[in-house]
Amino acid sequence: MEAVLFILFGAIAVGGAIMVVTRKHPMASALYLILTLFAVAALFVLRQAHFLAAIQVIVYAGAIVVLFIFVIMLINVPEDRLPVERATTMRVLGVVAAGLLLIESAVLARRFGMSRSSGGGEGTVEAVGRALFTDYLLAFEITSVLLLAAVIGAITLAKKRI
Amino acid sequence: MIQPSAYLLLSAVLFGIGVVGVVARKNVLIILMSVELMLNGVNVAFVSAGSYLGDAAGGIFAFMVMTVAAAEAAVGLALLIALYRVKETVDISELKVLKW
Repeated sequence: MEAVLFILFGAIAVGGAIMVVTRKHPMASALYLILTLFAVAALFVLRQAHFLAAIQVIVYAGAIVVLFIFVIMLINVPEDRLPVERATTMRVLGVVAAGLLLIESAVLARRFGMSRSSGGGEGTVEAVGRALFTDYLLAFEITSVLLLAAVIGAITLAKKRI
Repeated sequence: MIQPSAYLLLSAVLFGIGVVGVVARKNVLIILMSVELMLNGVNVAFVSAGSYLGDAAGGIFAFMVMTVAAAEAAVGLALLIALYRVKETVDISELKVLKW
């Protein structure tokens, strides 16, 4: 059962990702990005990371992609003024780079041996929250500073007169 | 039982597709979305490794990656809006004011 679901959602995620990078219009890419993010959230559920799956849907699909769609609609580039894509050399180069990365990852993954953990429930809200507010409290607080800096930066950049 | 290497391979495939998008596309919006794809691929690896090792650190790291992704999307899109106001284009080959 787990294998079937893994193959199903993995195929949806990879197919959606391919559609994201091949569509001409950014709006189509953004919609396929939502599909990919939902499939990845389903994969998180398969790995018992329920909290991360919820965060994935809320933060990624619910906030980041909506921001993308908002900007696409705001600047609204006409269809005939979308950039003409690069010549085939760059595409071949991109696919070669990705292929090399994939081969390297496959070699590493083959050697990757991990002992199976005994207890489950590492991805529940309780487990993640306990780790987040004890061992990783400093990282969590630094995260808030990062978000504040991003908000101030975004406002400054998008203001009428810089 | 799915092997951990299957999740790592899927994570590498998602990351590779993101790399192709960043290298081969010219539309800045799609390049930013490809960066999000790469970050998602990394998250798959973090979550699966964390769950196999029985350690909450995998989930915490994925959480941090999501925060960085949110900050990156906000600043990247603000930069794009500021550039679009001056240049009226989303073509990355036209945005070369910083080129030496």
